[in-house]
Formats: sequence, structure tokens, C-alpha cells
Amino acid sequence: MKYDVVIGLEVHVQIKTESKMFCSCPNRYGEEPNTLTCPVCMGYPGAMPVPNRKAIEKAVIAGLMCGCSISEYSKFDRKSYFYPDMAKNYQISQYDLPFCLEGNIKVEGKGFSGKKIQIKNIGITRIHLEEDAAKSNHYAACSGVDYNKAGIPLLEIVSEPDIASADEAYAYLTNLKEIMQYGNISSCDMEKGQMRCDVNISLKPKGRKEFGTKIELKNMNSFRAVHRAVEYEIDRQAEALDEGVTLRQETRGWNDERGETYLMRSKESAHDYRYFPEPDLMPVVFTKNDIDNFKADIPELPKAKRERFISQFNVTEYDAKVLTAEKAVADYFEKGAEHTKSPKLLANWMITDLLKEISDSGLNINEIRVTPENLAEMIEMINKKTISGKIGKTVLSEMFKTGNKPSVIVKEKGLIQDTDESSIEKYVDKAIEDNPSQAEQYRSGKKNVLQYFVGQVMKQSRGKANPQIAIKLLKEKLG
Amino acid sequence: MNKQKKTIDVDYIAGLAKLEIDESKKSRFQEEMQNIVDYVDLLSELNVENIIPTAHAAQMKNVWREDVSENDFSREVMLKNAPELFDEGTIKVPQVLPGEGTA
Amino acid sequence: MSSNITYKSLTQLADLLENKETTSEEICSEYFDRIEKVEPQINAFIKLDTEDITKKAEESDSRRKAGRQLSRYDGIPISIKDIYNVKGQSCNCASKILAPYTAIYDATVIKKIKEKGFIPFGRNNMDEFAMGSSCENSSYQTTSNPWDLRRVPGGSSGGSAAAVSAGEVPASLGTDTGGSVRQPAAFCGIVGLKPSYGKVSRYGIVAFASSLDQAGPLSRNVLDSAVLLDTISGLDKMDTTTVRDKRDDSHESIVRKSNENLDGFKIGVCHKYLEMDGLSESIKENYMYSIEQMRELGAEIIDISFPYTKYAIAAYYIIATAEASANLARFDGIRYGSRIKDYKDLNELYLKTRGRKLGDEVKRRILLGTFVLSSGYYDAYYLRAQKVRTLISDSFRETFQKCDVFLSPTTPTPAFKIGEVSSPVEMYMADVFTNFVNLAGICGINIPSGLTKDDNLPVGLQILGPHLGEDKILKAAKVFEDNREIKEFIPDL
Ligand SMILES: [Mg+2]
Ligand SMILES: [Zn+2]
Repeated sequence: MKYDVVIGLEVHVQIKTESKMFCSCPNRYGEEPNTLTCPVCMGYPGAMPVPNRKAIEKAVIAGLMCGCSISEYSKFDRKSYFYPDMAKNYQISQYDLPFCLEGNIKVEGKGFSGKKIQIKNIGITRIHLEEDAAKSNHYAACSGVDYNKAGIPLLEIVSEPDIASADEAYAYLTNLKEIMQYGNISSCDMEKGQMRCDVNISLKPKGRKEFGTKIELKNMNSFRAVHRAVEYEIDRQAEALDEGVTLRQETRGWNDERGETYLMRSKESAHDYRYFPEPDLMPVVFTKNDIDNFKADIPELPKAKRERFISQFNVTEYDAKVLTAEKAVADYFEKGAEHTKSPKLLANWMITDLLKEISDSGLNINEIRVTPENLAEMIEMINKKTISGKIGKTVLSEMFKTGNKPSVIVKEKGLIQDTDESSIEKYVDKAIEDNPSQAEQYRSGKKNVLQYFVGQVMKQSRGKANPQIAIKLLKEKLG
Repeated sequence: MNKQKKTIDVDYIAGLAKLEIDESKKSRFQEEMQNIVDYVDLLSELNVENIIPTAHAAQMKNVWREDVSENDFSREVMLKNAPELFDEGTIKVPQVLPGEGTA
Repeated sequence: MSSNITYKSLTQLADLLENKETTSEEICSEYFDRIEKVEPQINAFIKLDTEDITKKAEESDSRRKAGRQLSRYDGIPISIKDIYNVKGQSCNCASKILAPYTAIYDATVIKKIKEKGFIPFGRNNMDEFAMGSSCENSSYQTTSNPWDLRRVPGGSSGGSAAAVSAGEVPASLGTDTGGSVRQPAAFCGIVGLKPSYGKVSRYGIVAFASSLDQAGPLSRNVLDSAVLLDTISGLDKMDTTTVRDKRDDSHESIVRKSNENLDGFKIGVCHKYLEMDGLSESIKENYMYSIEQMRELGAEIIDISFPYTKYAIAAYYIIATAEASANLARFDGIRYGSRIKDYKDLNELYLKTRGRKLGDEVKRRILLGTFVLSSGYYDAYYLRAQKVRTLISDSFRETFQKCDVFLSPTTPTPAFKIGEVSSPVEMYMADVFTNFVNLAGICGINIPSGLTKDDNLPVGLQILGPHLGEDKILKAAKVFEDNREIKEFIPDL
């Protein structure tokens, strides 16, 4: 392509707290409209904001995790404009002195398209803390405003225009989400509006310095949609530029069904937000010592965790990646690993069996009845050959259903592995006797028929025969 | 001293502040507002270089609350002052467009 | 006129109640009678729910009978400026845009007076959203000055001042953003106190200019203001700008002990004020008289020059209106209050609701505030005003290193006639001695200091103290009060 793509992202992330940013209303999703409101978040006359300390701390931690420097002196400002979703017709936000400045996020690996991404640092201009707006419900002839969401603490994370492709945008968002989830800053559920993204995108002829006309994209409700919208917009703008059309600054929406962007509004006269220091709130001042204390609280980032898992538990890179994709899964694994000598085996069981059970059930890992300790106990039983791997699958399903300990399940169901050669020998003899033609095939060189015999032995022993012993005996007897 | 006369564009400012100014009062408003602006322009006489601005009359910092939730107000109470409701649950406003608005 | 109750002070009423010489119900009903008689001329009240008040009085009386009174002051009525949220009552700020509006919670100050058993007694008229110095900007009614019905009571807490002065109520709660307690107190011959910024919670008081607003009592005498200050002040978790004020003694007991002289007290004055344009002769004379009075009482008088007086008004109007432009943005007809009927879209709803329901002075101030914050003007106006504010605060800090309290006239003139001041800028000059006090966040009190010879109008003396220096200004005011020529300021009604 003969154009350079310049993309900057503005991401809003709701901070996970008990209460809202400036009042004590619960920070919760999915309640009846306007039931989580009070004079403060509905902008009643005389009501005043009181900041939520936890939200400020999380904003700072988020900044540190994104490599930002933390301001020693920050303040809140009022940003004025009239809209029904803003109860006071100004938003308490941060203007010239936000909590976090100048960070970056490293993107690497594969993009959404499957293409490999060059390792690259995407700059973060600033992260500031503000209050979320209310929700407008749209009806045929009017709109209805629900203030439950108004006043939820919200981070605004503004990137530098360092992003050059849809894949990079996708990778940036994925990494950002991972950081926010790992730092326990936000659940980042886009369907619940906990993470939202606006894209600024422009094209310029390759190598030229000046930026092209900036188009703002809104209303994308998944990272995939962001990827598609950016791809679409790059094509659209490139085509227009090819044809010599002059682009105008505008805001475009994304129609996911039709897979295209559409004009929402052409650039109105520049906003005049009339920012000024919020007189109802005092400044926030951190000493170097305070900031060091915050640094000590930063949770391990996914990348560091992956590397540690590989060296500490001897798992593969693939295992480490799957296990760290969600912090809750990584925590589960680490907890289990404390109780087994075979963390690699635990990793295998988690990845191939447990995660499958979880996704089939529609639960999340925090909701399941299998505790990491119990899973580790089962791994130990397999290790000690008390049960076979095959029995293990039965035991795990049972654990998933009942939450019982594996030892209890094995005992109740009589699933202890048979390692007694003389009793296994009976199954082996019977299997060979019942299947003379297969025995003939084996002897004539079709060695993979052995698997068939193992299956027969397991069937007769109802899965309890130790497969290694069965194989040994079968080989001996089949010659 | 910077004594450039500044003019106030009442139409533009009234648009920002969402105030309809009666047509018949417009010229009077423009004149009064200009008088007020001229008056407060008095401050340009003072040299304020290197002076730190004061935003608050009390010097405090880090005043916050702990993250505890409580909800003392029922929806009924919160909505009883609303001029128009939709479906008894949301505040009715003229149609706004998806994607417009805030944050 | 029943002399038993009208013009009694809070502490006198408390004594009567304690000695079982009267009841809350009797007190309230005597004030109802007084109101019936004088209110048609004064128009100090926007609303008075006599039924509800009588019920509260009966409750108080039965508490007292059972020995369960909430305080010495249980059952005493206090009128409330129409800017405080009192749960279940209308709170219109004398504006059409808040009609109808019923408060759904109590302001912290209201909670505190209720905890002592005071009865919120009606809603006092004011300048719309506290913007004005004459009470003429009310969209409900024009309040008259009890000393001369053709004159204004001052503002914005003009209804409160007139009600106390006319004997309709023993005391009232007002608010002071640039003089709105002290100036009407001066015009009506009563005591008006503006506490230091942060001393009293602003939670539940409809905000005009958040960095300047303070609640303050208007009362018959200094002791009553101290009683009310004790009642309403204190750190509030709902207002992060409130300060912890550690003191051993209540203001009431400090005032009760202040009955001697001012020996060892250093009082700053500014003789330059006597040369100021627009200062009326009677004010000058009274200022000089008051300084002499203080000297005779033993105070050491120190002349201090205060260079920023004329700039203070400009800085004040920039900062106050900038904050107001944001504070008043919420009055838009969406969530509460008035909404016009004939709108075709959202923008029209905003423009027409605000355009038609807000008064001209409120509009002017919102426009000025919007202008000084708007793109391209912020540095020249708002930021510059904040820097001038620093100069003013610093000069007061220096002043109070030289003296304990500082004296000035409260107003440049006595009460002017209704309709007399028509230009906005001229009206702003009425607060020339009071604006800078709010900018600096310090405390001040108006104490009646004389009557004009020609018109028999009250004149006030303003006593200023450093931040949290209320004990000093209360002491000076109390000693002055005990020794001034005119003992009681009661208008002929
Ligand atoms: Mg934002
Ligand atoms: Zn709330």
C-alpha cells in the first residue's frame, strides 16, 4: 500500500470497586434502571462529590502497570457540556494534571489476522480518572435515561498515534485488557460496557510527515469489531485518496452486521469544554514513598508470569500461554502446583480436560466445584498409579459434578487401578482367546493391533487394569 | 500592560451555556455584558507573573472516602422530582442518538 | 405586639423554655402572629408551613415535658434561606427553574440544627440562586427593609435579614458567597457572621460558587451567632472541603466570657478607606467612630494599607461566575425542576427551559462565567483572577501577623432604595468590602454600629479575622456590642 496508517486509541475502562467514584452507590451492572442512584450521581442541587480512595489507587496501579510515571500532584477538573447522560452537565475528569503520564505497552506475537506482529512499543500519552456517564435507552419517539452507570469510576487511556495496522490495534487492546484484568483494575467485559474503545485513524502517503485527515470511529463492541472497522476504514480511506477525494474530519460509527462504517456526524465546531479545577475536591498529592509503595503492590504481569511458569514448573511455552491467559486460571494452576510433584501433568489435565469441562458448563473457573487441591490430589493418584489416566477422566467428571475429593470417588466407585500381574493376566488370556484373528494379525507383523487388545483388557477390567502391565503381558503372550 | 479590548460574543456564549436570550433583550444584554467584561478587565493592570494561582480557599490534600457502598435512596424518591418519566423507570428526554454523548 | 417573645434572643428564649415560662408552641404561635402583622409589608418569607411547624413545636414540648429535650434550644424556630435542602420542603432558590422541586434530603447544616431541636421555620426570600445584593432578583417577591419599606434589605440573604430585623423570627440561616450574610445584616441592623471557608459543611446547600460559599447565621446579637456557629460547624464527610477545627471552648462560652474590654487586642484599620469613591459620609463617620470606640475599649489600633480592594471585585466576579456557570448547568429541566412544554428537540428543551426560567441577573452571571472559561479567554481572565486571589490571600496573611482582627465598613452605603441601582456593575460595588473576605477564605462578622442621622438607617461595622479566627472576631464584636451607644436595633414597624 502506498499509504502509512496512523492510529491512536482512546480506551475507557470501568474500574472494579464496591461503590461509585464520588458517591456510595453500589458499582453494579444489570440492576433495574435508576435503582443505584443518589443525589450525588443524579446531580441534585446541593449534593457534593467525595472521591473513592480505592478507585484512585487502582488508577495509579493501572498507570504503573502500563509503565507510566505517576504525578506527585494531581487534581480533578470539571469538563462542561450539556447532555442528559451527564447529571451535572459537567463531568468530573482530569485535565492538565492526570494521575498517570507517558507509559507504553509492548505488542508482539500474532495479530487477529494470524500474521506475525513485529515487536513494538505503543506509547501511552496519559491515563486519567473520571466518572462514567448515564445510559440512554433509545425508544421510538424519545429516549430514557438510567443513571445507574453514572458515576462509576472510569479510566481513560489515551495512546500515542503509534499504531499502524488493525493487527497492532488488536494486539494493543488485548494486552491492555490483560493488564487491567491482571491488575484487578477491571473485568473489562465489553458486553457490559466495562471496556470501550474509540479509534482515531488517518492515512498519509508513505514517508510523509504531516498527518492526514483524522476520522474518529465509535460504537465497536468487541476487539474483533475494532479490527474489522479499522481494516474497513483503511480500505475506504485509501480508495478515496486514490481517487483524489479530500477526506473531511468526521465521526463514523461501525455497523457490525453490514461490516461497514457509516457517517455519524461531520466535525462540528470544536468543543469548548471550559475545563477548570473542580472546586469541590482537593488535590491529590503522592510522595515518592507513596509511589514506591504502590509499585510494591503491582501484581505480576502475564509475560513475567509465563516466563516464570516455564522455568519454575517445566511447562511448555504453549502451556504457559494457555494457563496465563486468564489470571484466575493462572492462580488456580499455582495453587494446585503447590500440592503435586508433577506440575506438568497438572498443566496437561487443566488444559485438555478441566478447561474443556469449564467451557462446556458455561461456568468460570472461580465457580467450579473442583478445587485446585482436589485436582492435585488426583494428579498424585495418577502419578502413584493408584488410578489410570483413563479412570482419571471419569474421576474428574465426577469431581466436577459433586465436588467430592478424588479419594472418596475412587473408593466409592471402586476405581482403584489393578496392578496385580496375575489378575491382569486373566484378562489378557481371555482377550487373546476371544480374538484369534486379531492375534494372528499381530503375529504377522501388524503391531498396532496391540492397541485393540489393550482396549479389550481395559474393557474387561472396567478400566482398572494398569495399562503398562497389560501391554507388557500382551507383548509376552502374543510373542 | 496588555490593554487590548476584549469583546464578548453573547450569542456564542449563550449557545455554550444553553441560554435562550430574548430577541428584544439581545442588544441590552450585549451592552451590559460588555460593560461587565470591561470592568473585570481591570485585572490586566496587575503584574501576576510567577504567582501561583489559588483554586481553593482551604489548603488540604488527599481527602477521600473508603470504598464502601450503601444505597439510602429508593428509585421512587430519586424520580419523584422528574418532570417526565418513561415507563416509570427512566427519565424521559427528547430522542438522543446512539453513540452521541459522553465519556 | 406581644413583647414577651418578639425580639427575644435565642438564649433568652432558651431560658424561658428552661424555666417553663413558655412553650415551643407558644413561641411559634407568637411569631405566627407577628408575621401575620408585619409580613404583608416585609415579604421576607416565600413559604411558611404553619401546620407542620406547630406539629414540630408540639413534639418539642412533649420531649421537654418528658425531660428528653435535645438541647437547651429544643423547640426554638430558625428561619431558613430558600437555598438549603430541608427534606420534604420546597427549595426554590427563589427561582422559577426550581419550581416545583421538593428536597429529598437534609443539608448537613439542617441535620445539625434539627439534632439540637431547632425548628426550621419557613423559607426566606433571597436573590435568585444567591446572585444579588438587594433581594430584588428574586423571581417571587421583593422584600422590604424593615427600617424603611421603600428600601432594600440587602442580599442575597435579604429575606433572612429582614425577618430577623422585623422580629418575625429570632434568627435565620443564610449563605455568604461575597457578602450575602454580612451586607443584608448591615442594611437591617442585625448581626451576620460569615465563617471561615471549610468551617461549615456546604453539603445540601445549593451551590453558587463552591470555593467561596459558606453558610452563616443572622441573629439579633453576637452570642446567638456563636450559638448557631457551634451548632452548624464541624468536619463533614460529605463535604471534602470542610476542616477540622480543634478548640477547647465552644464559641458560645468564648462570647459569654468576653464581657470586659479589649486590652492587648491589636486591631487593624485602613484609613485609606475614608478617601474611597462611592463611600457615603455616614459610613465614613461611623467607621471613624467605631475605630475610636475600639481604641477606648483598650485595643491598639494599627493602620494597614490594603492595596487590592478595587481588584478584588473583578477577581471575585470572574471566579464566582466561572464556578456558578458550571454549578448552575444542572438546572436544565431534565431530572428535576421545571421543564418547558414546547420543545422540538433536546437543544431547544435546554435553551428554552433555561432561557425562560432563569432571571436576567443569573443569566448575566452564567454568561460572564462561561465567557471567562471559554477557549482563548481562560488565561486572561480566570487564571489571572486566581493569581490575584493569591495576592489577596497573601496580603491578609500578612495583615493578621500585625493584628488580631481587621475593621472595615461592611457596606459603602446604607440600604439603598428599591429600583435605585439599575446597572449591574454599580450593584456589584455594594460588596466592595465583603467580596475579598470570601476570596481569602477568612472569617468576618457584621455588627450594627450606628444609625444614619438623616434617614435613621442602620450602619454596620465589619470585623475580619484570620482563617479559623472566629473566636477573635466574636470577642471583638461582643465587647463592641456591649459598649456601643445604641443598645438595641429595633425598627419602627
Ligand atoms: Mg473521557
Ligand atoms: Zn450515587
